[in-house]
Amino acid sequence: MSDIAERVKKIVIEHLGVDAEKVTDNASFIDDLGADSLDNVELVMAFEEEFGVEIPDDAAETIQTVGDAVSFLEKNSA
Amino acid sequence: MFDLTGKTALVTGATGGIGEAIARALHARGATVTLSGTREERLAALASDLGERAHVAAANLSSREDVDGLVPAAEAAMGGLDILVNNAGITRDNIFMRMKDEEWDQVLEVNLTAAFRLTRAAIKGMMKRRYGRIIGITSIVGVTGNPGQVNYAAAKAGLIGMSKSLAREVASRNITVNTIAPGFIETAMTDALNEKQRTSILETIPAGRLGSGDEIAAAAVYLASTEGAYVTGQTIHVNGGMAMI
Repeated sequence: MSDIAERVKKIVIEHLGVDAEKVTDNASFIDDLGADSLDNVELVMAFEEEFGVEIPDDAAETIQTVGDAVSFLEKNSA
Repeated sequence: MFDLTGKTALVTGATGGIGEAIARALHARGATVTLSGTREERLAALASDLGERAHVAAANLSSREDVDGLVPAAEAAMGGLDILVNNAGITRDNIFMRMKDEEWDQVLEVNLTAAFRLTRAAIKGMMKRRYGRIIGITSIVGVTGNPGQVNYAAAKAGLIGMSKSLAREVASRNITVNTIAPGFIETAMTDALNEKQRTSILETIPAGRLGSGDEIAAAAVYLASTEGAYVTGQTIHVNGGMAMI
């Protein structure tokens, strides 16, 4: 697992209070991990902070799963 | 009770009668305040009168560029923003059949759209800090209506609807969103009334007098406080009994 994936999963586990084994690449924040739309916004804010990137709203809307977040950040973080 | 030490607040329209009273009251309870308005000299005079814990950020809320810069400026000056008071407001009165698009647009822009955009900018930090107080100064006319003020009443009613909806969205994050609806308060806005208008208004107020800015500020202090945590999505009417809702 890449360093980025590990950091993303840590944030998701902490923020949503879910078990680590549930946080797979395909897990949808809302459908599988019990997030609401506000949690989604907060996760994006947490990713921005952790990785020092700006995630524009239209990109944020495409980040629905753990894997979506990891691949966005792999492409866009320094 | 109602200690605001360590809290940071941005008050728009801080050179108006009500805004100044709110800024003074929050500051007196220990908050650090950023004063915003269009009249820079008056803002600076108020800030120097308050002394420590007072910052100035001039902004014309009919300019979207100014609006965009305001919350970041306040956050930079104070190291955060816990309390946002959307107080700034303008009137462009006219009877409905004569009301111009510009009169409608200007009032909606400053009284409602600027409040929306400032709140959107402020809420991000409040979510992160898990604490926030959004206070909108609406008006009794937003609830009762008033001839000659379709634009103003629409904007003020809009502020109430916006606040209630946002209150539902962010209540779980320890952010409250409320409005205060002043009745007739002694300010430059009501000084413009002539004697006849004044007399006929007084007849409709059970308390028999106009209110003071301090009486609005007291409600703002309550809503801004940690003690007010369980009050959200509400409108506090401060109107001498003029309307009982």
